[in-house]
Order: sequence, then C-alpha cells, then structure tokens
Amino acid sequence: MAHEISDETIEKIGILAKLELSEEEKETAKADMRRMLDYIDKLGELDTDGVEPMSHIFPLQNVFREDVVTNGDIREDILKNAPSQKGGMFAVPRTFE
Amino acid sequence: MSALELARRIKAKEVSVAEAAQAVLERIEEKEELYHCYITVEPEAVRRQAKELQKRIDNGEFTGPLAGVPLAVKDNLCTKGMRTTCASGMLGNFVPFYSAEAVRNVEKAGMLLVGKTNMDEFAMGSTTETSAYGVTRNPWNPERVPGGSSGGSAAAVAAGECFAALGSDTGGSIRQPAAYCGVVGMKPTYGTVSRYGLVAYGSSLDQVGPICKDVADCAALLEAIASYDEKDSTSLRRENTDFASALKEDVQGLRIGVPRDYFGAWLDGEVKTAVRKAAETLQEKGALVEEFDLGLAEYGVAAYYTIAAAEASSNLERFDGIKYGFRAEGYEGLHDMYKKSRSEGFGAEVKRRIMLGTFVLSSGYYDAYYLKALKVKALMKKAFEKAFARYEVILGPVAPATAPKFGESLADPLQMYLSDIYTISVNLAGLPAISLPCGKDSKGLPVGLQLIGDCFQEKTLLRAAYTYEKARGDFGLPKEAAEREGGSHGETI
Repeated sequence: MAHEISDETIEKIGILAKLELSEEEKETAKADMRRMLDYIDKLGELDTDGVEPMSHIFPLQNVFREDVVTNGDIREDILKNAPSQKGGMFAVPRTFE
Repeated sequence: MSALELARRIKAKEVSVAEAAQAVLERIEEKEELYHCYITVEPEAVRRQAKELQKRIDNGEFTGPLAGVPLAVKDNLCTKGMRTTCASGMLGNFVPFYSAEAVRNVEKAGMLLVGKTNMDEFAMGSTTETSAYGVTRNPWNPERVPGGSSGGSAAAVAAGECFAALGSDTGGSIRQPAAYCGVVGMKPTYGTVSRYGLVAYGSSLDQVGPICKDVADCAALLEAIASYDEKDSTSLRRENTDFASALKEDVQGLRIGVPRDYFGAWLDGEVKTAVRKAAETLQEKGALVEEFDLGLAEYGVAAYYTIAAAEASSNLERFDGIKYGFRAEGYEGLHDMYKKSRSEGFGAEVKRRIMLGTFVLSSGYYDAYYLKALKVKALMKKAFEKAFARYEVILGPVAPATAPKFGESLADPLQMYLSDIYTISVNLAGLPAISLPCGKDSKGLPVGLQLIGDCFQEKTLLRAAYTYEKARGDFGLPKEAAEREGGSHGETI
C-alpha cells in the first residue's frame, strides 16, 4: 500500500508533537514518513491474529513504596537548570490575559 | 594495556592513578582534534580526582579489579556536576545534580571519570553524525564513521583515549560501534543495569553496557555496573552477576546456532567470510555449530522503528523549555514557547523520529502500527525462545558491512535503519549479546562477531567470547594507537 501523507496530517502531527516545521521540513517529513510507513507495512505480511501485544518482555508489576520523602530539599539544585525562575519556582510565559 | 592489567599495576604500585590519568589526558590532547571522541573533558578535575582516588586506593577503600582505571562515559548518562548534553542543542547547558546509577556504580568501583563521549543526538542514529557537536572519526580510518550511537565511547577505547567506556544500547548502539571500531561491547539482559539517570530514548529497549578493549575487561566492567535499583522499576534482582568468573576457555559441547537468514544477500561478502571463520574457530574448540532458520529477521527493523519512535515521541515530551534545557527566544505565549523551543532545540533526526512516533500513536493509526509492532515483537520473542530451546548461543554478524564513509548512511534514513537488522531484534527480545572483533576486510576495517544469549545467560556468552578471543589471538589496535604502545601491534595492521 502506498501512503500519501497529506498537508493536514503533517500539520496535525506537528501540533501533537509540539513541533513547528518550516515548509521545507514539512516536505521532507512527508517524504520520510511515506517511505517509513511503506516499509512498516511489511508487518502486515505476518499473521498476528490472536497474538497478545507484548509491551514488555518480563511480566512486570507495579513497584510500590511507602510515600516517604527520601531526597531532602533539592529545590535550589533543580532550579539551577531552569531557563527562567522566579521566587523559587519555574517561570513560564503568561498563559491567561 | 587492558583496564584490568592497568588496575593490577596500580595495585602493585608500579603505576600511579595520576600517571594513568596523565597518559590518557596527553593522548586526548594529541588526538581529539582529529577523532573528537569527547564532548566534555575537564582535565583539571580529572587530575584532582586521580590524586583523591590514589589516596583511597592506598588506604584500602577501593580494592576492586578496576580501581584507578580511567573511564569514559557516554553523554546520555547523567554525571553530577558535569554537563550532560545527549549531543543535543536542547541540553547544551544541562548540568545534572545527580549521577546515573551506572555512573555511581563505577565510582564505587574506584574508577576515574575522564569525560563525556560523543554520540548521536539522544542516541538516535547509527553513525554519531547526528550529534550537535560535530562528528567522531573512526580511529581505524578517519574518513569513516565510528558507528553509533555510542560512537564516541567506542572510538575513545580504540584510540587509547580511555581504558574502558560506558555506552547505551537501544537497537545496537553499543555493539555496532564496537564492531566498527574493533573493540568489545556488550548489551546485558534488559533490567540488569539500572536506567536511572540514563536519558530515556526507548525505555522498553534501553540498556547501559560496557565497551572495552577485551572480553575480560568487559566482564569486569559489566559486573561493576550491574545492580538492582529501586529507582528503576524495570530493574531486576539478579543473583548471577559475578561475570568475571565466567572467563574460561571452554566451549566443549556448547550448542551454537547460526541463523541461515542472517547470511542473506544484504550481508557483505567479506563480513560473511570473517563471521563464518569465527564459527569454524569455535567448532574447532569443541562447540557444536549448526545452521538453522531463526525466521522473522527481516521484520525486526519495521517493528523496532515503530516501537522506538513511539517511545521516543513520548519520552521526549519532557523537553518543554521550562524545567531544564533550551528555551527559544521571541515566542508568543506558552504553546508557542513549547513549539519554538523544541523545533530549535532538536536536530533533524530527532524530529523525524518524534514525528513518526507521534503518528503511529495517534488515534486511527495506533492499532495498525503500534499494536501491530508489539504483536510482531511477541512473535520475535517466541522465535528466539524456540531457538534457545535448541542452542545456548546464537552466532552471527553485528552489521551487514564495515564502517561506512561520512554522509553515506545519513543520505537515506531507511537504508541506515536497515543496517541495524542484526542488532535490533536482540533489544526487542530483551536478550544479552556481545560484539567482538573477528577480522578485517580488505580495506583494513574491523569486522564484528555477535554472540546472542538467552535472558540471564551473559556468562555463557562471555565464556564463548573469551574462548574465541584466545583462539583468535591479539586483534591489535589502530595503527596510531599501536605506535603509541611501542609498535608491538603495528605489524598486525
């Protein structure tokens, strides 16, 4: 099956992925995605009826622990890497007018 | 000189940690301009820590087999107080306030952290060309790539710019660069090494592992980093992690399967010859070598890139320009800030995989792509289980060809992805595998041999690899590094 990736699809994926692509990048993304999806279609050759999807190779159970603070106050350390901070908090652009 | 030999000499007081550090720093000084294995090296800090380590070795605090050995760490493992970039502009100024568990473990083993090695951006790539900080060159031939994504780590070991290194392997990122650079790399069973502090790419596939000069070093370093860690909920409690005890020359009766489907048309003729010869060598040593059909090999790439891209798109959502990393300038409001920061901070290959991953997870496509890939993963796991019911080790190539020239792979992403065909299925099935050199092609480039084991069977792999290595004899170093060690290996090039 040959895939056609529409402008709308690329636009929608860009919104979901929070990426702003230039016109040129969009064209490249369309071509790349078309080729990859054509290739991934190969998986359709395999009969997977009744096969359980395997997200993890070992049976995993949720790991619980007591809700106790063990790492102390690391606010200053964490904020050192923040692009912008104010009053001991992360600063973000205004979201409401 | 191997890492274990250096540590023995340090213990015997024939060499000081400071001297070992100085030798490595001089080598870096001399060769980095050409090879560019590292993103960050802080020579003064290395010298200071070398002195500190010496004291702690002298007073009996560090007695392990790798104490005092200079080690390089891939730049996607967090190092407290040392910049950790993931080779991305997104993390250009990121200085973690904690170290990855694997890094803490090598520190507990008394190893000396030399610096942070170059890699493909966020470990996405097979050549180390997608780094935002320039390419790394292959010490065997600077016109060629070192492989990837742990290309800086593998090249640093081959070039003598460290004695051992840590890498990470999501789809072959330790084994393939080790093969291209003529060194030994190992990906352990999923869950053996904590992923805490490893910047996530494909979390169900990522594992940290060693890249070393020989099999014995590899066993020792893996033993040092393997640990149960409650901070990684996929970490396993394992008993049999005394890997160094497996180093015996004995493959008598070892059942080795060679998948016929790994030797198809896409495999380079010279690689095929070298790998087949390695199988014969093990057979001569008493192993029972047999060909068989593993099946599904050709579907691995499609399943892998679907799953890895999906997980990457989710994992990389955290880079939002707020908590750490790059924030763009000139935005209008919060969402525009997210978009601009991510679009300017990430490189092309990372954006390509985020887009693909977002697509396969989006409604309307989730079942057809993502779920389908997870079902194929289940089939592949079953195929390996069937194989391991008959064989203890699966033997094959690491990559279809030796190291390509710069630009050859990146020109066609799908072609680059296809070159991971022999390594990615191992990650999908969570298996351990080791890559070690088994010859050179007519261009003088190293060829890698891959041995794959069942889950938790690292010791079987190490024993087979060690036996092969002894039978093969000294592989030698790239010419430059060999000259440095007194020319003793020069004639083998």
